[in-house]
Amino acid sequence: MSEPVIRVEDLYKSYGTVEALRGVSFEVHAGEVFGLLGPNGAGKTSTIEILEGLRTQDRGKVSVAGLDPQTAGAGFKQEVGAVLQSTALPDKLRVAEALSLFAHFYRRRNDTEALLKRFQLDEKRNAFYNQLSGGQKQRLALAMALVNDPTVLFLDEPTAGLDPQVRREIYDIIEELKSDKKTILLTTHYIEEAEKLCDRVAIVDRGKIIAEGTPRDLKQRSGNTTRIEVRLSRPLQPGVLKSLDGVADAREFDGTYVLHSSRPPQTIVSLVKQLEADGSELQSLEMFSPSLEDVFIELTGRRLRE
Amino acid sequence: MRHTWALTKIRILLSLRNKTFMFFGVVMPLAFLFFFVFIFGNGKSDRIAYVLGSILTITVMGSFWGLSVQLVMFREQGILRRFRLAPVGAGALLASSVLSNYVLILPPIAIEILICRLAFHMTTWGNLWYVYALVTVGAGTFSSFGLIVASVTNTMQETQVINNLIWSGFLLLSGATVPLARLPGWIQRACLFSPATYMATGLQDAMTRRAIPSEIFVDVIALAIGLFVSFEISRQLFRWEPEAKVPSRAKLWVAVAMIPFLVFGFYENVHGNRLKDVRQGFGSVFGGDDSSQAPARN
Repeated sequence: MSEPVIRVEDLYKSYGTVEALRGVSFEVHAGEVFGLLGPNGAGKTSTIEILEGLRTQDRGKVSVAGLDPQTAGAGFKQEVGAVLQSTALPDKLRVAEALSLFAHFYRRRNDTEALLKRFQLDEKRNAFYNQLSGGQKQRLALAMALVNDPTVLFLDEPTAGLDPQVRREIYDIIEELKSDKKTILLTTHYIEEAEKLCDRVAIVDRGKIIAEGTPRDLKQRSGNTTRIEVRLSRPLQPGVLKSLDGVADAREFDGTYVLHSSRPPQTIVSLVKQLEADGSELQSLEMFSPSLEDVFIELTGRRLRE
Repeated sequence: MRHTWALTKIRILLSLRNKTFMFFGVVMPLAFLFFFVFIFGNGKSDRIAYVLGSILTITVMGSFWGLSVQLVMFREQGILRRFRLAPVGAGALLASSVLSNYVLILPPIAIEILICRLAFHMTTWGNLWYVYALVTVGAGTFSSFGLIVASVTNTMQETQVINNLIWSGFLLLSGATVPLARLPGWIQRACLFSPATYMATGLQDAMTRRAIPSEIFVDVIALAIGLFVSFEISRQLFRWEPEAKVPSRAKLWVAVAMIPFLVFGFYENVHGNRLKDVRQGFGSVFGGDDSSQAPARN
C-alpha cells in the first residue's frame, strides 16, 4: 500500500481538565475517504482541527502530505482544503467575490467559474453571503475548500444541521470528489453518511478510536444482526427480551427497546407471544439493516446520538 | 503584498456596502462640520479653516473606532478562522485594514474641504500638501491603535467600553473639539502626551496656513512612529480564534504603543513651543488674549 497521506500517531489533547483526545492513531492513504464517526464531544473536531493546523496537540505526531501542520506554514496551507464545522464569511461578501478572493491566496488554482457551475452557485454568484440558504452556504464552503485543487480535503461535519434533501446534494458532491480520487478526511455523527461515503471508518468515543475498518467489515464484526426497535405500552425487563428467539442483545434507551437479532421473523413472533403473556402491547416496531450504529451500541452500550 | 491588495479591495467593497460605515465615516463627520461651522465659524474664512482642521482630525481619528469593532466582530463570528486556513498571514490581514481605511477616508476628507471652500466661502485651501501628509500618516496611526484595541479585547462589549474611553480622550484632550488654548493649563500639558493632539494641532495649522515644515515634520514623525509601533504590536498580539483569550497583562501593550507619544510629550513639555504656538494660532484666528490659559513655561 502507498505511503499514507495523513498520519496520526498517539494524539492527545486536553482543554483544562477535559481530555478531548486520549491516544488517537490512524492513517489515511491517497485517494481514500476516511471517516471519523462518533457522537458530539467524542474528539472528532479536535482531531481534524489539529490536522488543519488550527489547534496544537499536547502530545503525539501528525503529518499531512508529508508536512507538519504546525511548522510547515504557508506550504502546508497550499496543499489542503477544508470545510469547517461552521464556516462564516462577511455578510455582504458576494459568492463570486468570496471564491475569487480565496483563489488569490493560492499558487495552484481551480477555475472559479467552473467551481460556481459545479456547485450550482452560478445563479447565486452576485448574492450576498447572508442571502444564501444553509445548503448554499455549505456548497460555497465546499467550493472554497477546492479553489486550490488540494491534495487533502478536510470536511468537518459537512452536512450537520442541513435538511435531508440538502444533505443528499452534499453527498453527491462528496461522491464526485471521491471519484476524482481526492484524499478526504471527514467527521460525522450521521451513520448513513459514514456508510455511504467512507472507504474506511474510525469510530471515536470519548477521545479514543474504539473500532476501525471498512463499514462492511465493522458491521460484520458486530455479528451482522438486524436491529429491531420497539416501544411498548408497559415496561419490560431487558432480561426478558434477551431470552427471545434469535436475540443476541437487548437494551433500553429512553423507553425504546433495541433488540439485535440474527433471526428477525422468529424474534418478532416470540416477542408478540411474550407481550400477550405479560398483558402488554406493541406501540411501535421498526426494523433496521445492520449499521454502524449497532457497532457503536455494541462497543459502548450507548446510542450514537445520546 | 498580492494578498494584502486582494484583501484591501474586498475590505473597501464591504465597507461601502455597510450602512453603519457610511453613517459614521461620512454622514457624522459632515454633521460635525456643519455644527462646528455654525457655532464657531461666524462666517469668517480663517475660523472656518481652523474648524475644518478639527473636523479633518475627527474624520481621521474615526478609523480607530471602526476597525477595532470590525476586527473583533470578524473574530467573534469565526470569519478570521476561515482566513486562517488559507495561506494568508496576520500582517496581510491587518495591513489591508489600514490601507482600506486610508482609501475610504480620502473622499470624506476631500468633500469636507470642498464644502468649506464652496459652500462656506472659505477663502484658503490651506496647505494641502501638509494636510495630505498628516491625513496619510494619521489615518495609519489611528487605524493601528484600533487594531491594538481589537487585539487586546476579548469581546465586542469590552471593545466598545475601551473604545469609548480612548475615543473620549482623543476627542476632548486634543483640541479637536474643545480648542486646546481654551483648556486649563495642566490639561494642555497633559494633552501633549496624546497622539490626537499632534494630529489636531497639525491639521489646524495646515488649514490656517500657519504651519511651518519643521512643525509638520515633527507631527508626521510622531504619528509615523506611533503607526509602526502600534501595527507591530497588533500583529504580535493578533488572534484568529474567538476562544483564544488574551491574558490581562497583554493589555499593557497598549501602554507600549503610547511610549513614542510619552517621549514627544515629555520633550514638548520641557523644550517645545507647541503650546505657545497653539495659543498664538488660536488668538490670531478667534481674537482675544489667550496667554492667561497657557501654562507657565518651566
